[in-house]
Amino acid sequence: MLDGDMEMTVFYIMELGQKLPEMPEEVKTEENIVKGCQSKVWLMSAMEGEKIHFIADSNTAITKGLVSLLIRIYDGQTPENILHSDLYFMNRIGMERFIGTQRSNGFAAMIKQMKLYALAFKTKMEVKL
Amino acid sequence: MKMKTEALLSSGLDVTLIRNEFPILDQRIHGRDLVYFDNAATSQKPLSVINALVDYYKGYNANIHRGIHTLAEKATKAYEETRITAKNFINANSEDEIIFTRGVTESINLVASSYGRTFLSEGDEIIVSGLEHHSNIVPWQFVCGEKKVNLKVIPVTNEGVLDIEAYRKLLSSRTKIVSVNHASNSLGTINPVKEIIQLAHAAGAVVFIDGAQAGAHLEIDVQDLDCDFYALSSHKMYGPTGTGLLYGKRELLEKMPPYQGGGEMIRDVTFEKTTYNDLPYKFEAGTPNIGDVVAYRYAMDFITALGRDNITAHEHSLLLHATQRLSELKGVKLVGTAPSKVSVVSFTVEGIHPFDIGQMLDARGIAVRTGHHCTQPLMDRFGIEGTVRASFAVYNTKHEIDLLIEGLERVINFMK
Repeated sequence: MLDGDMEMTVFYIMELGQKLPEMPEEVKTEENIVKGCQSKVWLMSAMEGEKIHFIADSNTAITKGLVSLLIRIYDGQTPENILHSDLYFMNRIGMERFIGTQRSNGFAAMIKQMKLYALAFKTKMEVKL
Repeated sequence: MKMKTEALLSSGLDVTLIRNEFPILDQRIHGRDLVYFDNAATSQKPLSVINALVDYYKGYNANIHRGIHTLAEKATKAYEETRITAKNFINANSEDEIIFTRGVTESINLVASSYGRTFLSEGDEIIVSGLEHHSNIVPWQFVCGEKKVNLKVIPVTNEGVLDIEAYRKLLSSRTKIVSVNHASNSLGTINPVKEIIQLAHAAGAVVFIDGAQAGAHLEIDVQDLDCDFYALSSHKMYGPTGTGLLYGKRELLEKMPPYQGGGEMIRDVTFEKTTYNDLPYKFEAGTPNIGDVVAYRYAMDFITALGRDNITAHEHSLLLHATQRLSELKGVKLVGTAPSKVSVVSFTVEGIHPFDIGQMLDARGIAVRTGHHCTQPLMDRFGIEGTVRASFAVYNTKHEIDLLIEGLERVINFMK
């Protein structure tokens, strides 16, 4: 899927980013920034019933595309599912080859942040029970 | 090398012949010919340098200066020959004034620590410029914090030129050190270092020149400049990574205490007292980076053989071509338009983040640098987060610049 011509792949990823639902400017705050990304990424989450929803944005088109891929996977999942997910698909679809080390660090930070949100919601739910 | 050099010169810098000396350039990235425009970060290495490294490790690797066996003597001789080559390369008065370091960053740290801690005191001032790399800011800040010394900054004009009038006003009897680059890594501006040095000396300050972006491009004559310190990084001038040099005037180096302690830099050690070795060894503690220093000589020979005038002329024509073509692109804004520049073009494109441009150019096999280029204060001065920077070396061609322009046109059209 992402292992064809590099330029077309990059263009495709940027197009994915354009489809990402808009994140309101007022929540693009310092505390919602995911550390470790070379370009800026803002990430927020909310619980709806038993499922987590994410909104995110980036100041660069390519990172935004990558973020949108993650959101597609994790949005609407239960905390349990997110915590136990294994993103093996990234290598399978040829994604790692253009998420260089510097950026994959940021990418890893983003996944970690999403899992942290999941953990927080899971803990909150258990406390309520 | 000599034969090849003559062939290169008789053809008046035949770039095809030069490129043959750089095997790394002959490869495809994402299905396209590599275009390497990140030379201000690090240049590629000619075969003469690569072979020197291989020859050293295959033929005469040994620890230097102390060994009495044949290999040690051979290695010592090769290491010291680089010092002589370096002395001639920058026209130092003596090879004792050449200290091998890991590069410009370590050279600045050495002087900031050794000279700064010894000769500065509360209320003194250090002047740097708004064009400096972080490595010519942070080591001085260490000294400032420790000795209660103040850091002053020469402002930068909208063209990316140092404001010399403002510099004159900053200078006073409190000024003890002035440290500026010969050429800016972010914008390419060539600074009037000779004038900067004269003015500093008139105020009684010593001057450090960061030559990282000059080594591969400009004539360097430390005696003519009359600078007190000058530093080079090998890897930015066709040599190996991990080495470089610090030039210092003998009388200053003599009175500076050692920077690091260890082997090589000592004369006698007892638990009560240690006496230090003579220059330049006083500043070369521990086993140095022998192999890379040995090969560094071949990088300087390469530059000298091509002739710095020839290199400057070729790179200047690349700079003019790139500047011309970039200024024709809609939405492209050049950052740094000094009348005197090394072959660096820095620019922004309206509405597109430099990071995206860099990624999209990489997808076409074009290597540029994006971001703040370790000059955040300079980016702040221009009110931008960063730029796209293409920096050229002697092996680059106008055709490659045309490929960059083609790539940029595609990016701009896609992002519309």
